[in-house]
Amino acid sequence: MPHVTYISPDGTETTLDARDGDSVMETAVKNGVKGIVAECGGACSCATCHVYVEDAFVDAVGGPNDLEDDMLDGAESERLPVSRLSCQIKMNAQLDGLRVRIAPKQ
Amino acid sequence: MSEKILIVGAGQAGMQIAASLRDDGFAGDVTIVGEEAYDPYQRPPLSKAFLAGDMDEESLEFRNDHFYRENNITVVTGEQIQHVEFGPAGGVATGTSGATFAFDKLALTTGAAPRTLKVDGADLDGVLYLRHLDDAKNLKQRWDSVANVVVLGGGFIGLEVAAVAQKAGKNVTVVQSGPRLMARAVSSITSDFFVQAHRARGTTIHLNAQVSHLVGENGKVTAVALADGTSIPADIVMVGIGVTARGELADQLALDMEDGVIVVNEFAETSNPNVVAAGDAVLMPHPLGHEGRVRLESVQNAVDQAKVAAKTLLGQREAYSAVPWFWSDQADLKLQIAGLSSGYDQTVIRGDQSADKFSVLYYRDGALLAVDAVNDVSDYMAVRRALTARANIPAESAADSSVPLKTLITGGEAQQ
Repeated sequence: MPHVTYISPDGTETTLDARDGDSVMETAVKNGVKGIVAECGGACSCATCHVYVEDAFVDAVGGPNDLEDDMLDGAESERLPVSRLSCQIKMNAQLDGLRVRIAPKQ
Repeated sequence: MSEKILIVGAGQAGMQIAASLRDDGFAGDVTIVGEEAYDPYQRPPLSKAFLAGDMDEESLEFRNDHFYRENNITVVTGEQIQHVEFGPAGGVATGTSGATFAFDKLALTTGAAPRTLKVDGADLDGVLYLRHLDDAKNLKQRWDSVANVVVLGGGFIGLEVAAVAQKAGKNVTVVQSGPRLMARAVSSITSDFFVQAHRARGTTIHLNAQVSHLVGENGKVTAVALADGTSIPADIVMVGIGVTARGELADQLALDMEDGVIVVNEFAETSNPNVVAAGDAVLMPHPLGHEGRVRLESVQNAVDQAKVAAKTLLGQREAYSAVPWFWSDQADLKLQIAGLSSGYDQTVIRGDQSADKFSVLYYRDGALLAVDAVNDVSDYMAVRRALTARANIPAESAADSSVPLKTLITGGEAQQ
């Protein structure tokens, strides 16, 4: 199973095994990783699962689609070029080792 | 002896109260009791991604076993609480199995039950409701073999199922007793748009149509008969005609109720200081301080009210002030609503309805109340932010669709 590491705003790192096809959001929420709220459950409707993708994985993860792009504009924390909604990133073998920083406010 | 908190109802609100109690530092016993056979799971996808086959059962779960163990949260499934009372030694709840659960404080997150159809033939096989995972599994099991789907009720759930069925190539008919779709949630502008949009995608919609009875053969439904004589062939009939709050336990505790709905204050507190309530079964003061009380059947409310309820249980009172929001995915249309539009006296339409991308802003006395946004996330987010900051977006400037709404927010406590 691919691994994903979450870095919280205070620097705490949590590494989890992700089920292939599960989103980065789902993997975090199911395990109770703090700071990923995801009220809408992954419907790309709330912008409360905002993460910053670490540079090494930006290309592999890719950019947001139009809908996510608009949602990110309304996110609580500062939007950066590496911002993504973690509900829209599906884990797979190519993303093994992925590292994301959790946005400080959701 | 450590304090015991019992949560009755294992839906979104119940799960959130448990999680929030731990987040807020509660170290006593936390038990969630749910009548379904499953650990707490998400309901919204049942009529959307789960039905469409884009999401599996495991993906519906809110948390995994590891989370509940780690946080020392006991989840009891398959147990319906039948009786609850406060005695001299504290509270006791009794389930259908005979099991008892002692508690010091109680959270009622009992939710709502689908309103049942009351016409001849309503008990035929193939007449289905959609509230629980088992309902959704039943619907899915039949899905591939049905050609004619009739949806009774033009609310969110009915229209979502209709859209999934339409996309799957079925003949779909929606029967709505009133003149509008989603009448409780949106204005006629948005309702009318959705009538056209569903029709354009091939769904038949009957408005102002009353069901006379259901026709069956060998115990299975075969058609829906309308009062005007129309007969609509049906392999399944999906009934989505609203829900009734489940207030039986609140009634046993003699809590304040209104028409069977549990009344709480802005702290999610019932008329008994040791009992909180949250979610679909609750009537509460308007969250943005307007007059009247509201009942909100939504994920947002379940989550935000549960957080408030958890604080109240711990004596850290924080009044509910979250902006209500809702969403519904129907075909390629994403409807997002922020705020509550009831009582509006002015609307502003932005965007282009013919391009399936527009928003409707609602005002009263010049103050922004709410937005319905269709495939327009920017406008939705802008209004949500404005309402959260208790700010305004003046109607006269909002009318120009070429100007992003987020640049027009004025006043408020925390402008972006």
